[in-house]
Amino acid sequence: MYGEEPLFGLLNRIGTPVEGHQPWPRYRLGRDGWLRLIKGLAGNGWSLLGLWGEPKAVHAAFREDFSGDVAVVSLDCPQGRFPSLSAVRPAANRLERAAHDLYGLVAERTTDPRPWLDHDAWGVRRPLSEQPAAPVPNPGPYTFLPVEGDGLHQIPVGPVHAGIIEPGHFRFTANGETVVRLEERLGYVHRGVEGLMQGRPVAEAARLAARISGDATVAHSLAFARAVEAALGIEVPARAVWLRALMAELERIANHLGDIGAICNDAAFAFMLAQTSQLRERVLRTADSCFGHRLMMDRVIPGGVAADLPERGTGLLLELVAELRRRFPPLVAIYDGKASLQDRTVTTGFVSTELVTRFGAGGHVGRASGRDQDARRSPGYAPYDELAFEVPVLTEGDVNARVWVRIREVEQSLSLIEQIVARLPAISRGLDHPSVPLEAGRGGEGMALVESFRGEILTWVRLDGEGAVTRCHPRDPSWFQWPLLEAAIGGNIVADFPLCNKSFNCSYAGHDL
Amino acid sequence: MLKHILTSLTGGPVTEAAPAPADPALAELAGKLDKAAKARLGRSLSIREVDAGSCNGCELEIHALNNPIYDLERFGIRFVASPRHADVLLVTGPVARNMREALIRTWDATPGPKWLVACGDCAVSGGLFAGGYACVGPVEEVLPVDLRIPGCPPRPTDLLAGLLALLETSAAK
Ligand code: SF4
Repeated sequence: MYGEEPLFGLLNRIGTPVEGHQPWPRYRLGRDGWLRLIKGLAGNGWSLLGLWGEPKAVHAAFREDFSGDVAVVSLDCPQGRFPSLSAVRPAANRLERAAHDLYGLVAERTTDPRPWLDHDAWGVRRPLSEQPAAPVPNPGPYTFLPVEGDGLHQIPVGPVHAGIIEPGHFRFTANGETVVRLEERLGYVHRGVEGLMQGRPVAEAARLAARISGDATVAHSLAFARAVEAALGIEVPARAVWLRALMAELERIANHLGDIGAICNDAAFAFMLAQTSQLRERVLRTADSCFGHRLMMDRVIPGGVAADLPERGTGLLLELVAELRRRFPPLVAIYDGKASLQDRTVTTGFVSTELVTRFGAGGHVGRASGRDQDARRSPGYAPYDELAFEVPVLTEGDVNARVWVRIREVEQSLSLIEQIVARLPAISRGLDHPSVPLEAGRGGEGMALVESFRGEILTWVRLDGEGAVTRCHPRDPSWFQWPLLEAAIGGNIVADFPLCNKSFNCSYAGHDL
Repeated sequence: MLKHILTSLTGGPVTEAAPAPADPALAELAGKLDKAAKARLGRSLSIREVDAGSCNGCELEIHALNNPIYDLERFGIRFVASPRHADVLLVTGPVARNMREALIRTWDATPGPKWLVACGDCAVSGGLFAGGYACVGPVEEVLPVDLRIPGCPPRPTDLLAGLLALLETSAAK
């Protein structure tokens, strides 16, 4: 943009590049440099891609949206303190709180210092720091933000919700039926994934990565695998690259189908759920026949894929595409034509373009509010550079727009599957299934950006010479979408919350880690 | 829409194990489950699902039980919104420590007689998450477990088979 300094221009002035970080550069900054970075951020459109801690350092990743340049910056903080980014990038706040809870890093001048993942239940404080501490003897209750005003009442919901869903706490403040404020409290499904990955061989850590968020198991496995492959400079067989994309698109279709039905179901239109859940089941069964697992868990591994298509696989996939092409459009026509549905979804749960941009929200949440960003296209990765697809973008920012983005994405993914099946490279000679062994004796740092059905996943990994993970940070897209759900529900009625929530469908497990 | 309703009315059920059983195992299971369910609980069994730290993979397959293909409700088994309405708690996940208390409170809120089913490898053994600072481990370390359904995640047919096993053991009690 005019008048803005390029990202690399600033970083080259204030930092020194670190060796062995792939495929994007990493810069080490001093404290002064970090403060100048914060100043630079205030005047720029760079998106925050992630922020994560280590015992004595903090890292953040950025993208200059205009050029697509990506960089990581690091600050050593031997005293465990660093200046907060939250004032200039509000999306950093929860990540900083998480870094504090896990590593004891203090974000100075933060906009919100409350704990986030730590609920005083672990039996230890700052578990991943060099010196974990004993728990506080009598922890006080979590303080919710104050609300004042006439006629306001609060509705606490969760962590155990009324449906088959993940746990989290929502605190609604309402005036009559109208929601004035929603405050989320998450962290209930924190399983300590980052801690468990530390010191594990890559293959074991990959199994943990596959379980960060079960609905995005392919995408998270892919992000982890690509980060490891970047760190080690490994090239995977061409067939594996294409099979991975195939699995990723199947996963996208299955999830969007399930969510479209669930959103309609929450608008008391159960017919759609009955129909789309049948289509979803069809996708899962095809995935099962093709890759041996309905969700395709543990099928994408560092070095390639763990399962190849059986001989009849391509036939099954083309049948699936044909059936969805036949059965999905009539359902879309019904969705579009039912006044009772439109009445609930149009203008409900509005999120502005400004807000999705400020938070760098991706996936259908960002794209339904005009943020034209898709990791498959920028930074882009194989084989998508050889495939034709469109990224649907709308500007209405309501539940209806998020449904339509999903509908369009299903259509695009069907076309992608056809293209992939038509061009799937043959298996390389000498391999029984398409993957290459990972060599020990090489370490390095790698990062990957991968588009899940929910949005962009960032995974950063550091490997030692023995082939073990010394630090891995997987950042689920939900981190930047959850805060916007709080904004989406404001001014709507309480009964519209399920619709807003389902149209986002943020991951609890992926966020809580 | 009308066309869809007509097709649904004239096309026969999509539910598996109905006119043209695509999956004989499921068909057999359907018959057995029906009988056992009646013997023990009249015609109904109410399940409250609790995610105690799952990756949400298990939840996806539990959801699938409600789709018209598995159609759990035809056996009189249904998912309910409150533990106060439940006979069974179906628990997933390696019991995240942050969820431990909520799980216990949900169990306490469930009226007897009640059963607890640990669903998925995480709930059965702690899975990959056992031993970390953030998880307790298997559900049985927190509450008495009546039935374990392994799998990561268990397939919908495994879940159905598991619920049948529960009905048979509880009938024998
Ligand atoms: S058993 Fe598997 S699918 Fe179920 S919660 Fe655990 S990791 Fe996820």
